[in-house]
Amino acid sequence: MNWSKYSAPLAFYPLAGKMIPWFSIVAALAIAVGLYIGLLVAPTDFQQGEAYRIIFVHVPAAWMSMFLYVVMAVWAAVGLGLNARLSFMMTQAIAPTGAMFTFLALLTGAMWGKPTWGAWWVWDARLTSELILLFQYAGVMLLRTSIDDQRRADRASGVCALVGVVNIPIIYFSVQWWNTLHQGASVSMTAAPKMATIMLTGMLLMTFGFWMYSLAVILSRVRCVILERESLQVWSKPAAAAEVAEVR
Amino acid sequence: MTPRQKRFAFVGVGLLVLGVATALVLNAFQSNLVFFFTPTQVANGEVPKGRSFRIGGMVEEGSLQREADGLTVRFVVTDTAKRVPVVYKGILPDLFKEGKGAVAQGRLDADGTFVASEVLAKHDENYMPPEAAEALAKAKAAGAQSSNTLIVQPQ
Repeated sequence: MNWSKYSAPLAFYPLAGKMIPWFSIVAALAIAVGLYIGLLVAPTDFQQGEAYRIIFVHVPAAWMSMFLYVVMAVWAAVGLGLNARLSFMMTQAIAPTGAMFTFLALLTGAMWGKPTWGAWWVWDARLTSELILLFQYAGVMLLRTSIDDQRRADRASGVCALVGVVNIPIIYFSVQWWNTLHQGASVSMTAAPKMATIMLTGMLLMTFGFWMYSLAVILSRVRCVILERESLQVWSKPAAAAEVAEVR
Repeated sequence: MTPRQKRFAFVGVGLLVLGVATALVLNAFQSNLVFFFTPTQVANGEVPKGRSFRIGGMVEEGSLQREADGLTVRFVVTDTAKRVPVVYKGILPDLFKEGKGAVAQGRLDADGTFVASEVLAKHDENYMPPEAAEALAKAKAAGAQSSNTLIVQPQ
């Protein structure tokens, strides 16, 4: 099978449409089971009590915020190198979801910080670099909308996304490189997880759920972007008409 | 090189240069990026003088004292090498405990006591049910005892 034909928006549009329901179902199931394990099955923590349960949203959201940025930057690099329209459409579609997860990580982090540390917010390296990530997502989105010419907007926001990728290792390693109030990583590639198995199971399920949710939402958004941008193309007219009819 | 390869090479080289530049900048700002200073840094005089800063470390076991007014607390922050006495007037966070991490903001007074205006609890990255923590503590205590007896016996 020749996969490269799906790099054309024309061919990708129906493929994305077919995948969305599956990712949505898997996401709903994983998040439901993950929340059930996290909020009802997993035991209380020995020092933080019930407050630690915010980890089941906070850590998956923070992971996704960094992961989605890297994926967005990779699409930007592919777009800049190949001059491929669909790559830039993917960058455009990923940014809002990434920003949403960054905001969610910051919000749940504040809600976790108050009962455990005693402060909603501190300017330590981990928190500050994650806040910068939120501004980077905003910058990538704003730069695109502020330039009228589509090709220039794509390239400018693509370069912006690529440059910002240096912040990802800074966020990830900030707790190792500098003294921070934020604790170190409980789960890493190199060491055994520093949490009970059932807690880890819930957290990984939530991460998987968030990942599937991202795929479903990003594919839906990229379909909108395709319709919007290719509105002059003949093929999209019946598709757009069908879409509108569906919504009504 | 084809124009396509050229563009990819340009992106690659650009990222590499950017990475090196970031590493150099972060290295230069190393001391400004730490959230708190350790008691060893305080003892070596590496801390800013005459202005507020943060110290962090373990709250030494048995060092926590409450004064008669019920609000002022004294404790010692240690990194196992050096110790800094801290005095703080206010409400401590729930997770503040002896033997656990804490970060205090304030300034050093003339006799080397750290007068804190804010105290935050720093928790670690370990999560487990209370029973598991108890079992661990017991095993550790048992281990410490047996090793003590081993050392004592030859005498």
